[in-house]
Amino acid sequence: MFNSRLSSIIRKEFIQIWRDPRTLMLALLIPIMQLFLLGYAATNDVRNLPLAVFDQDRGPAARALLDAYRAADYFKIAFDVDSETDIQDLIEAGEARLGMIIPPNYSTLIQGNGKAEVIFIFDGSDPASASTALAAAQQIGWQFATKIQQQRLSQAGIPVSTDLPLEVRTQVWYNPDLVDAYFMVPAIIGMILFAITSILTATTIVRERERGTMEQLIVTPIRPWELVVGKMLPYVILAMTNTVEVLVIGSWWFHVPIRGSLTLILLLSGLFLITSLSIGLLASTIANTQQEAMLTVWMLLLPTLFLSGFFFPLEAMPLVLRWVSYVLPLRYYLVIIRSLMLKGASVLALKNEIIALTIFGIVLMTTAAVRFRKRLD
Amino acid sequence: MQKAPLLLTPYFLPHTMNTKLIHAQNITKRFGETVAVNDLSLQVRAGEIYGLVGPDGAGKTTTMRLLCGALRPESGDIHVGGHSMLTAPDSAREQIGYLSQKFSLYEELTVLENIRFFAEVRGVPHNEWHQRAMEILAFVGLADFANRRAGQLSGGMKQKLGLASALVHRPRVLLLDEPTGGVDPVTRQDFWQLIIRLVSADGISVLVSTPYMDEAVRCTYVGFMKDGHLVVEDKPKALRERLAGRILEVRGIPLNLIRRAAEGLEGIESVQTFGDRLHLRVQAGTSRTVTKNLPLAALQAGAEFQSITDIHPGLEDVFIALLEE
Repeated sequence: MFNSRLSSIIRKEFIQIWRDPRTLMLALLIPIMQLFLLGYAATNDVRNLPLAVFDQDRGPAARALLDAYRAADYFKIAFDVDSETDIQDLIEAGEARLGMIIPPNYSTLIQGNGKAEVIFIFDGSDPASASTALAAAQQIGWQFATKIQQQRLSQAGIPVSTDLPLEVRTQVWYNPDLVDAYFMVPAIIGMILFAITSILTATTIVRERERGTMEQLIVTPIRPWELVVGKMLPYVILAMTNTVEVLVIGSWWFHVPIRGSLTLILLLSGLFLITSLSIGLLASTIANTQQEAMLTVWMLLLPTLFLSGFFFPLEAMPLVLRWVSYVLPLRYYLVIIRSLMLKGASVLALKNEIIALTIFGIVLMTTAAVRFRKRLD
Repeated sequence: MQKAPLLLTPYFLPHTMNTKLIHAQNITKRFGETVAVNDLSLQVRAGEIYGLVGPDGAGKTTTMRLLCGALRPESGDIHVGGHSMLTAPDSAREQIGYLSQKFSLYEELTVLENIRFFAEVRGVPHNEWHQRAMEILAFVGLADFANRRAGQLSGGMKQKLGLASALVHRPRVLLLDEPTGGVDPVTRQDFWQLIIRLVSADGISVLVSTPYMDEAVRCTYVGFMKDGHLVVEDKPKALRERLAGRILEVRGIPLNLIRRAAEGLEGIESVQTFGDRLHLRVQAGTSRTVTKNLPLAALQAGAEFQSITDIHPGLEDVFIALLEE
């Protein structure tokens, strides 16, 4: 298989990559940049949301309630205001993300066995953090109310055990601290394998056509498959380098575990690469210029990222979009890479995804190869 | 007298002369509705340069691409060096060095690396390519630039590097599609000297398309293409003789008045302005009458008539005449 024509093309391609340091640097640095950006910035972890409190009571009971909220690190009591409009202003200005209103008679009601109402106002413009804050505010409220109830009962002479009759104990597997980076780092590997290989494959082939070297190649004894394999192999190596790069930084800096077999990770990444390469090759048969090739791949890349479970869980998507996701190879790869890295899954557990990727690989590669041949004639 | 071969092994030297190295029979190629090449037949023998001329869109480039195997004809047959392009394309392509119109090389690669690449993909043995490459670079005059990046060469040097890459596998047939487009006259001259040396010393066949008539004149045969047809082919001299006695060169001031006067005369087929002169093409046998009548007609038109001469037709005249047919 490894003949001299093939190795000539590969060497030529490597020289071209090597002598174009800008592209090379981009290809090597972009994964690291994305890793740090997405590892840190694309986080749904809610911590220290600025809270504006309008405490009309200022009694000891109100202070105890505020202490309970202060103790949870979801909130930071950032403003102590004197009116509801202040809260509104602060939320509008984006300085506070939520407001809390304690009624004037709070202490009296609590101490006098009455029922008090505390109001929370959320900035819903960022639904993700608002819903986390909402759940946290409610939970802390319930806990505090339970404590008051127990106190009241024991004061009334009814003995209450501090233990509640039902306790929900939770165990979070694979990512006990629910760190977002654990979710993102494997996904970034998927994105890089997809984006880098498809974009670079498409542009490198279109460049030959654009510059007129393709015509010279056609009249040589080079077979179409030699041209395709020879041009792709360097980028496969580049993409694999990127994979290892992300794996190393992911586990060393972000402490993302790699629980599954490394061989299996690389092997299945290779399987996924076949689909990305085919998409790049297909794009090259459609595009006439490098820009067109780049745009074609970008047009595919964005929906792929949104619909493949990269940012949002597949289960949260509407049914129709979930159907769409079944035609995206990245969807299967993300399941594979996340399961392998975080759960240490076995081949057997991933057999559906592996079969799906294999089918996609064969279909896409065949279509791309046929179209590529046609385009040459 | 037998000259020493420049670049090729002597196994097909003079005794194989006269063999048809390019032989196209009745080839037709359509692109959708348009017939780009229509029932075209041509042959080029060893040691011949065949020039393909004709207006833009006549089908010259398509013909080139059919002959080198970059396109497949719908009908007809193509043999190159005795191998059928349709049934044995690899053997046929082995015979060909092809320089496409918009040819370019890998700018990131050096001159030598470019040649090495084209040598290797064309199967030049591993231990031969270097010596071969240096010979060719010396031949085209690029030996001193072997390690320069192709992107840093001048236009003419790039052209020569293109020729060198096309020659690296010792082809017996060279297909050059407007090889000197956009190149300065001196480089054009150099380039043609190289081609002529290759043809005369090594006996290869060259098919070249060109928009320049001074280049067409250097060819052994010239074929004129129009609307996908090969309208006429002949030796340049014979082509020019077809118009012998029918081209009159006229001088005078102002040229536009003389031109108008000439157009009104009997026997005039066409009037072309060539710089400060006019070329009149006249119907056969009318040159004497025209020569007699023009001075008076010019005078009546208010122009200063200077001279009228029966000249040897140039290829331009032939070209224009064919175009107007």
